[in-house]
Amino acid sequence: MFSSTPLDRRNRQVEWLFRAIFFLMTLLLIVPVVRILGVLIYKGGSALSFEFLFTMPKDGMTAGGILPALMGTVWLVAVALLASVPVGVAAAIYLSVYAPDNWLTRVINLAIINLAGVPSIVHALFGVGAFVVFARFGTSILAASLTLAVMTLPVVIVSTRESLQAVPRAFREACWNMGATRWQTIRRVVLPNSISGILTGVILEVSRTAGETAPIMFTGAAFFLPFLPQSIFDQTMAMSLHLFVISTQVPGVPEELPYGVALVLIAMVLTMNATSIAFRVHLRGKKKW
Amino acid sequence: MTASPKVSVRGLHVRYGEREVLRGVDLDISEHEIFGIIGPANSGKTSFLRALNRMEQFDPAMEVEGSILFNGHDIHTVRNVYALRRRIGVVFPLPVGLPLSIYENVAFAPRLAGVKAKSILDEIVERCLTRAALWDEVKDRLGALGSLLSGGQQQRLTIARALAQDPDLLLLDEFSIAVDPVTTMRIEDVLKELRKEITIVLVTNLVQQARRLADRTAFFLDGELIEIGVTEDLFTGPVMDQRTRDYVEGRFG
Repeated sequence: MFSSTPLDRRNRQVEWLFRAIFFLMTLLLIVPVVRILGVLIYKGGSALSFEFLFTMPKDGMTAGGILPALMGTVWLVAVALLASVPVGVAAAIYLSVYAPDNWLTRVINLAIINLAGVPSIVHALFGVGAFVVFARFGTSILAASLTLAVMTLPVVIVSTRESLQAVPRAFREACWNMGATRWQTIRRVVLPNSISGILTGVILEVSRTAGETAPIMFTGAAFFLPFLPQSIFDQTMAMSLHLFVISTQVPGVPEELPYGVALVLIAMVLTMNATSIAFRVHLRGKKKW
Repeated sequence: MTASPKVSVRGLHVRYGEREVLRGVDLDISEHEIFGIIGPANSGKTSFLRALNRMEQFDPAMEVEGSILFNGHDIHTVRNVYALRRRIGVVFPLPVGLPLSIYENVAFAPRLAGVKAKSILDEIVERCLTRAALWDEVKDRLGALGSLLSGGQQQRLTIARALAQDPDLLLLDEFSIAVDPVTTMRIEDVLKELRKEITIVLVTNLVQQARRLADRTAFFLDGELIEIGVTEDLFTGPVMDQRTRDYVEGRFG
């Protein structure tokens, strides 16, 4: 009664084959990650030390630490976030809650999608024109961060909109029926239940920003500065550009130095990603419906 | 009818795009009655309730035509629609406990209305939960999440929440759909109590529930008001529309 027909046997073979293919493809994914991390730790691990992280570069960047680049990246990312998160979250709230379905809304949505597709070097040139020259910020942290902010906006908007829409409509209707305005509904019910999702999206975006090179090259990041930035109107060094500089532009840099810089940069990114994942797990655990 | 009606509806049409779900409904609801609305799915019962609360504001696809007077005021010319909605409590088919504590669920509407004093809120929460027959079950855990209560408890919580709005009019949309029979009976008892102070519109898919509770009942079919009358007449009266008879006797549903 339950003996295999030829068709059953064939189905089992095909099933096995596809399972194997999918598994191999998945395995391919982790190869680059493991390999990159492996090489960086192997070749750059020896460069890491307290001095490396917290002292200035010496001898034309062929020795010493990376403090100004590290601080610069923190500055750039922080200012970029301060600019993009309020704008992005507000725009997402408008688009998902208030916007009527008309041509303007459709144009805005189209613009967001296209903004996400603009290459980063084009963002860089836009940043030079808009912030460095037109707004007269000069090459500065402010100009570079604003350029990064423009670049991150579409992702912040899209991820925020998705988090907002994940809150069931029934909750909103219940609030409206009690006489709540749209804003009261958002503030009391929707935002408190989507804030973790929004933060997750934002952090993932930050981690991407930290590694960007092109948008900051012409707008605020410097080749070498012997001091730390004092305000957002100063230029600054940055990890990504520093890595480019010491691996290609400066002769006589010992090999472990660029690997060490890359390792620190990737560690920053991974730490932020891990935070984001922790947030998401935390969010799932606290799910209220 | 003696006094002027609580709600007076004339020529009410509701459309969602091309689809007309209410085609010209006229009816009056008097003060302190339980007004039942029965009818099969898609007969326009829920759209009727949504129109009473001006929900078209939040649904661009929904179009409403006709006049609705509430306490003698045309609701479509009311300036403060939010204050209007606070006079009208709504209970949905599936209980919607907001993802807030039990206490905050009930205190939600009073807070919207600007009540801040803890002592007043405490009093409202206790009174409304008591009237909704839920206080004894939750008084020791008011800080727990409302959305984690059982279905029957959540439905009583939403009734308490609606009562906290201090409404004149309570709209119930098939409240017993996700509630066990014992809880349904408890809620029905609550409604009988509430009738003394509040006018209640009870949309129900259970014909017998309308018969148990409603003073008068309207039968909706395909967006039209087929028949309206004192509930007992609808079930036993001699003259009535054949479709009403078929529906209340369970020949279609």
